[in-house]
Amino acid sequence: MTPVLRIKDVAKTFWTPNGGVRALEPISLDIRQGEFISIIGPSGCGKSTLMNIVGGLIEEYEGEVLVDGAAVRGCHKEIGMVFQEESTFPWRTAIDNVAFPLEAAGVPRHERLKRARELLKLVGLDGFEQRFPSELSGGMRQRIAIARTLAFQPRILLMDEPFAALDEQTRLLLGDKVLQIQQELNQTTMLITHNIAEAVQLSDRVLIMTFRPGRILRVVEIDLPRPRSSKLMGGEKFGQYVAAIWEDLRDEASKGLQEMEGARTG
Amino acid sequence: MSTITHTGALRRPPPIVTRFLVLAALFAVWEAASRAGYVSAFILPPPSAIFQSFEMLFVHEGLVAAFLRTFAEAFAAAGIGSLIGVAVGYTLHRVKIAGRAFTGWVAASASAPLVLLYPLFLVIFGRNSATIVAMGVVGCMPPIILKTKEGLDNVRPVLLNIGRSFGLTPWKQFWMIQFPAALPTIFNGVRIGLLFAIINVVGVEYLIVFGGLGQLISDLGDRFEIPGMYAGILFVILVSVCFFFITEKIETWLLSSK
Repeated sequence: MTPVLRIKDVAKTFWTPNGGVRALEPISLDIRQGEFISIIGPSGCGKSTLMNIVGGLIEEYEGEVLVDGAAVRGCHKEIGMVFQEESTFPWRTAIDNVAFPLEAAGVPRHERLKRARELLKLVGLDGFEQRFPSELSGGMRQRIAIARTLAFQPRILLMDEPFAALDEQTRLLLGDKVLQIQQELNQTTMLITHNIAEAVQLSDRVLIMTFRPGRILRVVEIDLPRPRSSKLMGGEKFGQYVAAIWEDLRDEASKGLQEMEGARTG
Repeated sequence: MSTITHTGALRRPPPIVTRFLVLAALFAVWEAASRAGYVSAFILPPPSAIFQSFEMLFVHEGLVAAFLRTFAEAFAAAGIGSLIGVAVGYTLHRVKIAGRAFTGWVAASASAPLVLLYPLFLVIFGRNSATIVAMGVVGCMPPIILKTKEGLDNVRPVLLNIGRSFGLTPWKQFWMIQFPAALPTIFNGVRIGLLFAIINVVGVEYLIVFGGLGQLISDLGDRFEIPGMYAGILFVILVSVCFFFITEKIETWLLSSK
């Protein structure tokens, strides 16, 4: 079976007046339909660069990104993105935010509102259709952003640290929501995160990346039963996965920290 | 605790009351100085005389008609100025080299007394409303251009990335994301532009003795109807201040509802 998403020898060098900075060493990866993959790594490992390449926001890179076996470059309708920063449109109500990609695609009003209403329900925001983002909490706004991307019906959902700006409890509950959505829609998902527990809780596979230049250090298969929820986190096996990933990540994270502190003092 | 808050509230009246008290005190001092003969009542009539001549302005001098005319011209100027200003602001945002070359000059022109260009417009359009509106347009454009550029420059990159990830065409990217995101800042520019247009319109009306409030004030001065002239000036100030507050309220309301 062809993988839904194939990342083939993708590498990236950023060019500055002082020469090139190698952000990514060649990375290859296949993602199956319905699979949930997390990419975890220290700050500066190029994980967001990888996401932006796959999402099409960076168009200059080495290697290939294939969706259903066909090479894509630039933004692609099969790939939807959710960002870390606040990204709802403040001038649109919740339902109009979710309906945005459908409106842009010319879907008739009645139909797009119907679809948006279903998605708001899916992310647990029914009853908040007519609220503006400024009237909602950070967690609710991020759920609107997720619903908006889902409205586009992407084959692959890319999420770049979507819970990073939220508090721990909201983050856990939102993680449950994402799990539920992923199970209901059988949504292929690629999550960028620096939170180990989050990666273990949500993923089928966790990819650990090294510090710059980023490459894949190890792939951890998470063999925990589905359907999952945040209750999983008390279990012994869960703790073992977290500990094992931290073991690998530790050296890389301290390299990143040293470099950052070096940059600050030097 | 509640007593303290209570007496605190009594001691500190709301700002609007303070503003009026300051104004009332100023008028009282002025009135007293005028009556005591420290100030010539001919050069600076007492406030009571100025207030009394308001009636004359309303009944005999056509103050309302003059007001309507001035504001129609100012609104026309701001309307035309907004269309041109937003287009120019967009160009300065879009064409980076043009932005770097001209933004500084536009900002400088905002602080220059552009009203002094009136002879040029008088030659082009003649002594009529067109000159006045054209001067209003020139006056209101700098803030509209600058605020449009600022609003478009400062749209958060993540919102643009959302549009790109949905595969929006450049046109949709502009109308569905950039423009609405920049709209509060643009509105702010239009509001300041409207105030600049009022200043220029009244100024040119005064200078070329044609049209609304400016002409009225000029006429009254020429006839040595000094209290009436001051009443006219006071009226323009009052209307401008009211206008400033009303548009400010509209702006806050628009921002809070969206």
